[in-house]
Amino acid sequence: MAKHHVAVSINGEPVEYLCSTRQTLLDVLRDELNLTGSKEGCASGDCGACSVMVDGRLVCSCLVMGAECDGKTIDTIEGMADGEKLHPLQQKFLEEAALQCGICTPGVLVAAKALLERNNNPTETQVRYWLAGNLCRCTGYDKIVRAVMMTAADMRGGA
Amino acid sequence: MSAGKTDYKWVGTRTIRPDGHDKVTGRAKFGSDFTLSGMIHGRVLRSPHAHALIKSIDTSAAEALAGVKAVITSKDFKDQPSEMIPAGEAMVNYKDMTRNVMAREKVLYDGHALAAVAATTVEIAEAALELIKVDYQVLPHVIDVDEAMADNAPILHDDLVPVGMDAKGPTNIAKRVEFTLGEVAKGFEQADVIIERSYTTAAVHQGYIEPHAVVASVSEDGQAQIWCCTQGQFMVRTFVGQLLGMATSAIRVTPSEIGGGFGGKTVVYLEPLATLLSSKVGKPVKMIMSREEVFRASGPTSASTMTYKIGATKAGKITAVDATLRLLAGAFPGSPVQPAAMCAVAPYDIENVHIVGYDVVANRPKVAAYRAPGAPISAFGAESALDELAKELGIDPLKMRQLNAAKAGTKAAYGPTFRNIGYQETLDAAEAHDHYKAPLGPNQGRGVASGFWFNIGGESSATVNINEDGTAVVISGNPDIGGSRASLAMMAAEELGIDYNDVRPIIGDTASIGYNFLTGGSRVTFATGLAVIEAARDAVRQLCERAAKIWEVDAEGVIWDDGHAKPASSNVGEFDPLSLAQLAAQAAKTGGPICGHNAQNVQGAGPGFATHICDVEVDPETGHVAVLRYTSIQDVGRAIHPSYVEGQIQGGAAQGIGWALNEEYIYNAKGKLDNPGFLDYRIPVASDLPMIEAVMIEVPNDRHPYGVRGVGEVPLVPPMAAVANAIENATGVRMENLPMSPPRVLAALDAARLRQAAE
Repeated sequence: MAKHHVAVSINGEPVEYLCSTRQTLLDVLRDELNLTGSKEGCASGDCGACSVMVDGRLVCSCLVMGAECDGKTIDTIEGMADGEKLHPLQQKFLEEAALQCGICTPGVLVAAKALLERNNNPTETQVRYWLAGNLCRCTGYDKIVRAVMMTAADMRGGA
Repeated sequence: MSAGKTDYKWVGTRTIRPDGHDKVTGRAKFGSDFTLSGMIHGRVLRSPHAHALIKSIDTSAAEALAGVKAVITSKDFKDQPSEMIPAGEAMVNYKDMTRNVMAREKVLYDGHALAAVAATTVEIAEAALELIKVDYQVLPHVIDVDEAMADNAPILHDDLVPVGMDAKGPTNIAKRVEFTLGEVAKGFEQADVIIERSYTTAAVHQGYIEPHAVVASVSEDGQAQIWCCTQGQFMVRTFVGQLLGMATSAIRVTPSEIGGGFGGKTVVYLEPLATLLSSKVGKPVKMIMSREEVFRASGPTSASTMTYKIGATKAGKITAVDATLRLLAGAFPGSPVQPAAMCAVAPYDIENVHIVGYDVVANRPKVAAYRAPGAPISAFGAESALDELAKELGIDPLKMRQLNAAKAGTKAAYGPTFRNIGYQETLDAAEAHDHYKAPLGPNQGRGVASGFWFNIGGESSATVNINEDGTAVVISGNPDIGGSRASLAMMAAEELGIDYNDVRPIIGDTASIGYNFLTGGSRVTFATGLAVIEAARDAVRQLCERAAKIWEVDAEGVIWDDGHAKPASSNVGEFDPLSLAQLAAQAAKTGGPICGHNAQNVQGAGPGFATHICDVEVDPETGHVAVLRYTSIQDVGRAIHPSYVEGQIQGGAAQGIGWALNEEYIYNAKGKLDNPGFLDYRIPVASDLPMIEAVMIEVPNDRHPYGVRGVGEVPLVPPMAAVANAIENATGVRMENLPMSPPRVLAALDAARLRQAAE
């Protein structure tokens, strides 16, 4: 079957790709575009390791088909830092040791950034429920939740 | 060695981990992120049956499919001798291992691999799997441990000869272990109160978020390169070499970043298959497990049943413990029943102990290590029973533990006499913590429980290369599963007296550093750390020799202090100190490159003890248990990087809460796993948990220069009993079976309400 030609914007750059009907956006990112920062932990939308933004909406890229993304704007972990300057969440995660093995980290960061863009003063409960779709098996979430709340405080203070 | 020094510059600080930037930007390469040009893709055919004879496998149609490059079955693997070979913490039997990676005479569990295909695309490989015709003769199966031990049970291995006991006929019992201290009969005579209880625990999966993945490339001269996510690149090299009959020198294994392991990546599944497929095809072969495959075919830990009989005097002194533990190994022998038995009551000074353990096979995936293998299981029983005993005696549960706590000089039931240990300190800290005194509301309760794990040392190699600009590279051989690069670099910086950021820690492949036993047993910061310290000291010796050469004095006259060579005394002469950078710059003129090295089989691991306090609220209408507050107190020896030590403690507690409340392997009547996904096998999510307070007690290990003890495993030992004890405290209902999921808790509450109404 012929492949689909798709034109998108990824992390601010125009990108064109060909994909088969059965390839998910995650497959395209990882296998066609070599953007392997988005991870596959389950391929069923349960773990959140593949979290990306599509047209400003937080999604599991394993649940989006590559062929349905034509014309869309996609933001991935690879676009989170501004050149050599880490996003405040990335910097805080390093300072607070909010990662252990690091496999869930890209998805958690993408999701946390989406939260802070909507709510710059989340409660602990709001952070926990927002991140409930991002499984982490290493940290027990403690340092992740703290890092997100500390970043929010910093960003509010700096604004 | 002295553990007395405390004025460290780097040890005990919260540095940024060296691999951190790559891991927050998506740059870090994990198992499935690796690709090679010309690479093709492998997939595995897995058994749909729990137990069946393989009468025939016809791969001809699959081989004929366009794009298929190779199909392998057990015929492509030579058989292996049946003998137990020590492999670090565990024993391996290559006869079983080759059958686990590729079923031979029988399939022994739902998900058991029995063929593998390499094809130009994943889609073609998957289509080829559908074309493989397998003629099965389905056999009766057994899933449950007690049923597997019964006389009329379906037998998995006709030739299984149990170790440590006689068998009348074919059996599923692979081993019986027994530990005895004193005389339990006499101990129970001294007891004023005796309780006897039974407990069960469910099989749970390590639940690492990264599925197993490998790329193998075998060239025409038989040289193999393997890139994979593993806890031990040297383990992969050994096992692949043995299973495929390849020389160790012909295999080079490079570990990727590893997305969690918790013990589950201490074995091989895909690596031998990908390597064999690549050698047949002459192209690199990539294989990745799906999440479903991870659950069905990679190692969970044991399900178990247990009985405990514990007696104590009115004053609360435990006089005897008699326990029987039955642990499922899965399809092949090798459950962690031995460490389960050894750890069961290790935190306590008890004169009379008798523990019997059984290793039992059944039609489930072969278990793999999971964080303190066996200890969380036996501790659930022991710490629950201890709590009941305390209640019966009217003694505070922490007090009960303090009355019986093991100390330096206590002889453990499993053999050794403890040196300096910090168990008592964890209890005292728990008693003093405001958590233990905080008020509780309606339907709320508090539980405490303790745990023990040995920790290990093992074979460790490290190299410290001094660079010409005065920086250093540390090469070691253990995959960094949670911040170990940071701790190794910090200890090297401390020894060399240079800036932490000038030390670059690298994890070598199997051809670039001496043998390292795998990342497991909470050994890396302790044991590989010791090799790094000794390698740094070797480099320092060389630096001092270079200074002596420059000054034309004896090397003994030079000391190393704060990153500089200095004369030991004014008798040696008056010389300005030479910095590491100055000496490095002159290395070529003073004798060549400066490379420190150390390799040893590290002994002297300090045991770890922990005490956890857990508050829960039980919903009387639904049986749902919410963990409200959790405090983990642990003797960590010395925290090299406190944040990552806290992370180990918090993560272990979270896993334990999942094991306590939600997680279990659910099999249907046909022996198929019913919940092989994160939706139905529910690990804790952020909204399930409170903050987890980690309290680090530092009782330094006197056999490590900085006092390091392993910290990664003992955090998983106490939580299940801590939660069960809290539920009992909240409701008066004792939960003896894991998981304590809402339907089970509700049923127990309903039964208690019925009993109350009847009274």
